[in-house]
Amino acid sequence: MSFLTKYVFSSDHKVIGIQFLISSLIWFLVGGLMAAAMRWQLAWPWSDMPILGSWLFESEGGQISPEYYTMLLTMHGTVMVFFVVIPILAGAFGNFLIPLMIGADDMAFPKLNMLSYWFMWPAFICLLLSFAAPGFGPAAGWTSYPPLAVFEKAAPGSGLAQTLWLTGLTFVGISSMMGSINYITTIVQMRAPGMTFFRLPMTIWAMLITAILQAFALPVLTAAVLMQIADRLLGTCFFIPEGALVGDSLVQGGGGQALLWQHLFWFYSHPAVYIMLLPAMGMASDILSSMARKPLFGYRPMVYSMVSIGGLGFIVWGHHMFVSGMQPLVGAAFMLTTILIALPSGIKTFNWLATLWGGRLQLTTGMLFCLGFIAMFVIGGLSGVLMAVAPVTIFIHDTYYIVAHFHYVLFGGTSLIVIGSIYHWYPKMFGRMMSETLGKIHFFTTFVLINCVFFPMHFLGAQGLPRRYADFTHTDSFAHLQPVNEFITYSAFALVAVQVVFILNFFGSMLFGRKAGNNPWNANSLEWVAASPPPHGNFTSPLVVYRGPYEYSVPGRTSDYWMQTDPEEADGQASH
Amino acid sequence: MMHRFWAILFSLVPVLGIGLYVLAVVGKGSIGGFSLAGLWLPENANPYATTIDHLFDLVHIICGVVLGITTSVLAYVIWRYADHSGRKNEAAQYVTHNALLEWIWTVIPAAILVFLGFYQLQVWADNKMNRPLEIVDGQSQAVEPMALVVGKQFGWDVYYPGPDGRLGTADDQRIENDLTVPVGQPVVLRVEAQDVLHSFAIPGLRVKQDVVPGMTQLVWFQVDKPGTYEILCMELCGWGHYKMRARMKAVAPSAPVVAQTAPADSAIIEPGASTTTPVVVEEVQD
Repeated sequence: MSFLTKYVFSSDHKVIGIQFLISSLIWFLVGGLMAAAMRWQLAWPWSDMPILGSWLFESEGGQISPEYYTMLLTMHGTVMVFFVVIPILAGAFGNFLIPLMIGADDMAFPKLNMLSYWFMWPAFICLLLSFAAPGFGPAAGWTSYPPLAVFEKAAPGSGLAQTLWLTGLTFVGISSMMGSINYITTIVQMRAPGMTFFRLPMTIWAMLITAILQAFALPVLTAAVLMQIADRLLGTCFFIPEGALVGDSLVQGGGGQALLWQHLFWFYSHPAVYIMLLPAMGMASDILSSMARKPLFGYRPMVYSMVSIGGLGFIVWGHHMFVSGMQPLVGAAFMLTTILIALPSGIKTFNWLATLWGGRLQLTTGMLFCLGFIAMFVIGGLSGVLMAVAPVTIFIHDTYYIVAHFHYVLFGGTSLIVIGSIYHWYPKMFGRMMSETLGKIHFFTTFVLINCVFFPMHFLGAQGLPRRYADFTHTDSFAHLQPVNEFITYSAFALVAVQVVFILNFFGSMLFGRKAGNNPWNANSLEWVAASPPPHGNFTSPLVVYRGPYEYSVPGRTSDYWMQTDPEEADGQASH
Repeated sequence: MMHRFWAILFSLVPVLGIGLYVLAVVGKGSIGGFSLAGLWLPENANPYATTIDHLFDLVHIICGVVLGITTSVLAYVIWRYADHSGRKNEAAQYVTHNALLEWIWTVIPAAILVFLGFYQLQVWADNKMNRPLEIVDGQSQAVEPMALVVGKQFGWDVYYPGPDGRLGTADDQRIENDLTVPVGQPVVLRVEAQDVLHSFAIPGLRVKQDVVPGMTQLVWFQVDKPGTYEILCMELCGWGHYKMRARMKAVAPSAPVVAQTAPADSAIIEPGASTTTPVVVEEVQD
């Protein structure tokens, strides 16, 4: 095999997973720097940005312009959701872990798998090109609500840049679709002998439900995106109402409904919230159980709650639209379903705590990130209950309370698990251990700074501070909050800066890390049977699975773990 | 004893998480010269929406209790069950499930959530479905809108009925970014959008309604305290979103409504100004 087929155009699920991982991490950095630029503007509005300003914003005299700020908030959201969180969970960890954890030699469709990665590249290119299009880039928010996104005259970025954004999103959709078909087929068909559904690790359950969500919700988004492209390029009027007046000119055509986009968009993007969360919950369950040296508490309730999150996830999208102009009676129905979806998430949290209770917690870096995830997810989940209460949403919709909420879930929740999972599965990916010292410094600083950045946003939201404003200093209602904005900005800069520790650890450990054996954490699931890193084809001999993945500290055994492939009975006798 | 350190770090989550909320609600004192007085809900002048504030507080109390319990348990298990040299002989317990516990932590939260779901319905209906009533000629009827507010990039056009006393006719009077409403009476407004989505929002009255081109909607409230309120746009509407706002004056009911307004100084963007012209630093004078 040449270098090209082995590391670039590879159909090996592990290489594809690592490709997804590295490209998502690069986009993570890009998205983080965009957030830092936004924070600069919010703390010191319209002031010259040092060093970068004269290079990036030469035409504006070194300041961020309001157009540029609107582009930043659009692209920060787009990059983080579509290029970081979704691909890093399903693409990177889904790819890497699914065949290894179920005992398969590869995915069911390796070539399709390879295509699913390479279909991300047209999306990357579209997004990069859109920065060069007139108006700095798309600027209608990551939700791209029409008519703003459809009328070229309505926003500087609503021309070519918006078309590129939509095209890019279509490619992301195709990529995810290929991935999800592959995941479902692989999990259903390729499990090793003895690996029944109720012996699957929670990660695999989560990936299965996520893939089903994607397979059923994505077509709706793809259709909506194509409809918006048609409105812009072909002269259709799906989302263009009668008689709209932009600037001073009447928009031709009409008869469409601006709210239709919101329904279609959130019909995908609310399940997408769980696509961005369920795999993290699954991986957290696996890391917590193995590092607590204790069985996962309530395996079946955990599975059922995940299934019900997946099911309810399809009928709650309207809670994004409580004040959108949607008929209030429909809003009342969505409020009830939304309130209910808090329940399975709560059940999962209680089960995690019960898993930890009475364990022997190994406080590795991966475990610390998982514990951090629980704490942050509790905060983000509880503020979600507040948001489900529709009358309260009348006040907090589109305020910083919402920003605080979804950053607690997506950054404090999902991203902490992603980072923790990198620490946990890095030995399997690269055959070497990451530095625990650097890892713990990274955890401590990240955990503290996340809270410094996002916790004060609850108070900004309680004041009614609107999202997506480039400047608050000129308002009567919010000028007094400027010190809070400055504090958040300092913390955000520090949060970006400490990630250098992680980058050093990630790349440095590839060269200098201690060599990892097959099973550095003494964990039970099948990926730890394979060599580190596993060769193409994963396992050297056929596997048989004898038990579930959570048999830790079984009484009567000398070792506190019991691998799924170990044929030995509890009393030390071979069973066959 | 590194595990003690992590346990203490995690114990800061409930301590600071709840502590900071309590400080903000109490709203006294200051940190580093920054007053804590302005960190909780702004004053609410709308009697229809006091129930919204009540729900806001109630859900915070419920969630605060849950946050306190769960994150304290988390800190405790780290303190108690972390592996360290002192507990070499203490094995982890082999416990896989407990049906009674599962029932307890399913049924209790479910009961609380269902209660919340139904408890809030009336508030939602009062604010979004049941328009206020008034007695006209001995008959109770819904209050008619007193003005039409139209969002556009980047400002609000306010239309008052002209001499014929009716909205939506040719003699309506238009004033930019300036709305005057009577104090102490139910106010109903018709809200619309001309170009893209906007959101008609007055935080001090807990009012928010997205306005959609092609749709006509109503908002209602009552202002019990005379003064000036900011009408904000709270749905992304383009580059000038951050400065799209208008002023609402609440005055004694006897004062003539239109005469109170001062159109000259209130225009934020001149009508017809190009929406694509970058305006980098434009201090808005009110």
